[in-house]
Amino acid sequence: MSEKVLMKGNEALAEAAIMAGCKHYLGYPITPQTEIAAYMSKRLPKIDGGVFLQAESEVAAVNMLIGVASTGKRAMTSSSSPGISLKSEGISYLAGCDLPALIVNVQRGGPGLGGIQPSQSDYFQATRGLGHGDFHLMVLAPASVQEMVDLVFKGFDLAEKYRVPAMILSDGTMGQMMEPVSLDAGVINNYDKSWALTGTKGERKPNIVNSLYLKPEELEVKNMERFERYAQIEKNEVMYEEYKMDDAEICIVAFGVAARVSQNAIDIARQQGIKVGMIRPITLWPFPKDALYEAAKKVKAFISVELNMGQMVEDIQLATKCTREVLLCNRVGGMIPTTENVLDKINEAVKLGGVK
Amino acid sequence: MNKQVLIAGFGGQGILFSGKFLAYEGLIDGKEVSWLPSYGPEMRGGTANCSIIVSDTKIGSPIVDKPDVLIAMNAPSFDKYINAVVSGGQVFVDSSLIEQKVERTDVEAYYIPATKIASDENLPGLANMIILGMMIKKSGIMPYENIEKALNKVVSAKKANLLELNKKALQIGYDY
Repeated sequence: MSEKVLMKGNEALAEAAIMAGCKHYLGYPITPQTEIAAYMSKRLPKIDGGVFLQAESEVAAVNMLIGVASTGKRAMTSSSSPGISLKSEGISYLAGCDLPALIVNVQRGGPGLGGIQPSQSDYFQATRGLGHGDFHLMVLAPASVQEMVDLVFKGFDLAEKYRVPAMILSDGTMGQMMEPVSLDAGVINNYDKSWALTGTKGERKPNIVNSLYLKPEELEVKNMERFERYAQIEKNEVMYEEYKMDDAEICIVAFGVAARVSQNAIDIARQQGIKVGMIRPITLWPFPKDALYEAAKKVKAFISVELNMGQMVEDIQLATKCTREVLLCNRVGGMIPTTENVLDKINEAVKLGGVK
Repeated sequence: MNKQVLIAGFGGQGILFSGKFLAYEGLIDGKEVSWLPSYGPEMRGGTANCSIIVSDTKIGSPIVDKPDVLIAMNAPSFDKYINAVVSGGQVFVDSSLIEQKVERTDVEAYYIPATKIASDENLPGLANMIILGMMIKKSGIMPYENIEKALNKVVSAKKANLLELNKKALQIGYDY
C-alpha cells in the first residue's frame, strides 16, 4: 500500500481516474465539483495523449464523452446536480449506444439551481434512469475519500465489463473533505472492445455505434438484450457494507455522508444498549435488495437516513416487501442530519415496540 | 483519543490552511484524521470555518458540530460557536479581534492577541499559526516535534521561505 496522503475527495477521484487510464476528461465547472476539472486541467496535459477539455456547456461535454467512449478509450465527465440534468440526454445516448463511460455527480441541493451545499437529492434521478428510455446506470456511492478512489476503478471496470455507463454519485461533503488516502492502482481488466470505432484500416467491416433503430422489432431486441445484461449486473455486482448488524434490532440504511453520520449515532446508541446497526449500500443501482430482505427477517424496523425528502425509502420498502416499518431521518436543501437527529430517530424506532 | 476541532474566522485568515496543517500533523502521528471546510461564496472577507477530527479510531461523521476545541478568530464566529463547545472543552480566542469574554464556566478559555502579535513580529497573515501553536500546547492534541514534518507537507516547495516564518509563528504561540 502506498504512503497515505491527505487529499480532497474531488482531487483524489481525479487522480484515480488518471491512474485508471482515463486520458480524456470533458467537463464544465460547477460547485462543488470544480476541483475535479481544475485537477484534470493541471495533470492531463502533462500525460502522453492526455486531453483536458473545458467544453462550452455540459451538453457539449457529454457529447464529447460519447465521442471518446465510442473509440473504446476510458473517458470521464463530472458535474454537480444541475449540470447532470443538462447531461441527461447524452447519458441516455450512452446507454442506447452501449458505451462504457464514467460520469461523476458531486451532488448539491436542488431542484433548479438550488444551492451549493451537500445533498443526496439526485437519488431518484440516478437510480431510476437518467434520461429518456428504458435504461439503467451503474450507480456507485462513495462514503470516504478512499472510496472516491476505489470506486473510480470499479466504475470503469464495470462500465467496460457490461458496456454500460457508470455513475459515481457523491456529494459536496465527500468532494470537499480531506482524508488520508492510499493512491493504489486498482485492477484494470482487458475486456473485448472489438465494437470500438478504431478505424477499419481496410481490414474489417466498419463498426457502427448508434442508438437509432427505426424498426421497432430491432429496437425491442436491443432493449431486451440490454436488460439481460442488467439482470447479470443485479445478480453479480451488488455492493454494500454492514456495520454492527450481527445482533441488530434496528437497521439504518444510509449511503455517502449520511452513512458517516449514522455511524456516530450507532456507536452512541450501542453504548446506551440499543441494538442498532447499518447496511450501507455502495451500489445504489443495483440496490442491495437481498441483503435488506434478509435483514428484515431479523430487525424490527428500518431507518433511512438521507439528505433528501426520502427518496430511498421506497427502495427499502420494495426490498423488504413492506414487512417492516421504514422511518425517515432527513435534512434537505444542503443541510446534513446531525448525530442527534439520527439518535432521536433511533429512539423513535425503539418506541415502535418490539425492540429491546 | 478523539478530538474534534473547529477553527472559525474570516476568509483570508488562513483558517483552512491551519486546519490542513493540523490534519497533517495527525496523519504523521499515525492518527485517523478528517478535514472538512466550509465552501462556497465564503472567500476573502466572508466567514470561513473548518472541521478537523483527530482520532485513534476510524472517523464517522467528518462534521464537527460539538467541538472539543474551538479556535475563534473573529467575533461572529465566537458568537456562533461558543455555545456549541462541549462541556470541559477548550476555547482559544484571538483577543485582538474579539472583545467578548467567555462567560461559560464549564470550558477552559485561552486568550491570545494573535493578530496583533503577528503584526508586531512582522509575521503577516500568520495569526492563524500563532493561535494554533498555543492550542497545540494547551490541548496536547499531538507532539510538538512533528510540526516541521507537517509544515513540509503543507507549505509548497516554491514557498520554502515561508517555512521558517510558520515555524516562528507556531513557536510564539506555543511559548505564549
